[in-house]
Amino acid sequence: MSDAKAQSRGPQDRPMSPHIQVWRWHVTMAASILHRATGLALYVGILVVAGWVIALAAGASAFDHYGALLASPLGLLVLFGLTVAFLYHLANGVRHLFWDSGKGFEPKTADMTGWAVIVFGVVAAVLIWIIAFLNTGAAQ
Amino acid sequence: MTSYRTALGRARGLGSAKHGVGHFIVQRVSAMALAPLGLWALNSALTLSRAGFDGAQAWMHAPLNAILSILLAIAAPAHMRVGMMEVIEDYIHKSSTKAVLLVLNYFVCVLTSVAAVFCILKIALIGAAL
Repeated sequence: MSDAKAQSRGPQDRPMSPHIQVWRWHVTMAASILHRATGLALYVGILVVAGWVIALAAGASAFDHYGALLASPLGLLVLFGLTVAFLYHLANGVRHLFWDSGKGFEPKTADMTGWAVIVFGVVAAVLIWIIAFLNTGAAQ
Repeated sequence: MTSYRTALGRARGLGSAKHGVGHFIVQRVSAMALAPLGLWALNSALTLSRAGFDGAQAWMHAPLNAILSILLAIAAPAHMRVGMMEVIEDYIHKSSTKAVLLVLNYFVCVLTSVAAVFCILKIALIGAAL
């Protein structure tokens, strides 16, 4: 046991996996973590959407209750968060598909596209919600 | 040494039968479907947010909306299942907990898909309950 320990390399020169405790933050890492986080959020988001369809099939009363829940301040906050999550996950998913085809791996390109998808997710979601609220205002 | 095992018996389980990338493919193909379907759903949500019960019913009666909704109800849970499976496999190391969570994840995704497809068909073909 002690022999094996003596022969193994010390903690200093062992290769380390890219974990948040040992790697400084950089944009490609943040983009990767955000992809997973938004994916988890969208898992719940699909359940919310499925709930909407179930409420619609259940009838007017259930549908109106569900709609009121979604239109509450907390509901709107969740829906806005899901919009950001969806747009980010979509854009970064396209980034992943380009990687799968072998393109966009140069560090400069990967950094640039990483920032681009993060900015896109937030900006596009804000714009869509502004348009949604303007339309609601116009309809009333 | 003679063995009772056949050549096929020895070869089985030894390596690739070209199924190793099944999850990878499911994740990518469902992603390709979900990109346009998701944008369509987001756009539809903007319309439906002010449609009310009757408007939402009428919307789901339109065949194109029902068909795309069903595709979404199939593609999204397929994508969810593989994504959550990866997360569970990455972070849960206790094999019994991992197995339970993987099965639970599978059931949640299939149940979501089937329930959503059933409700879409019901609204589109019969109409929602009153």
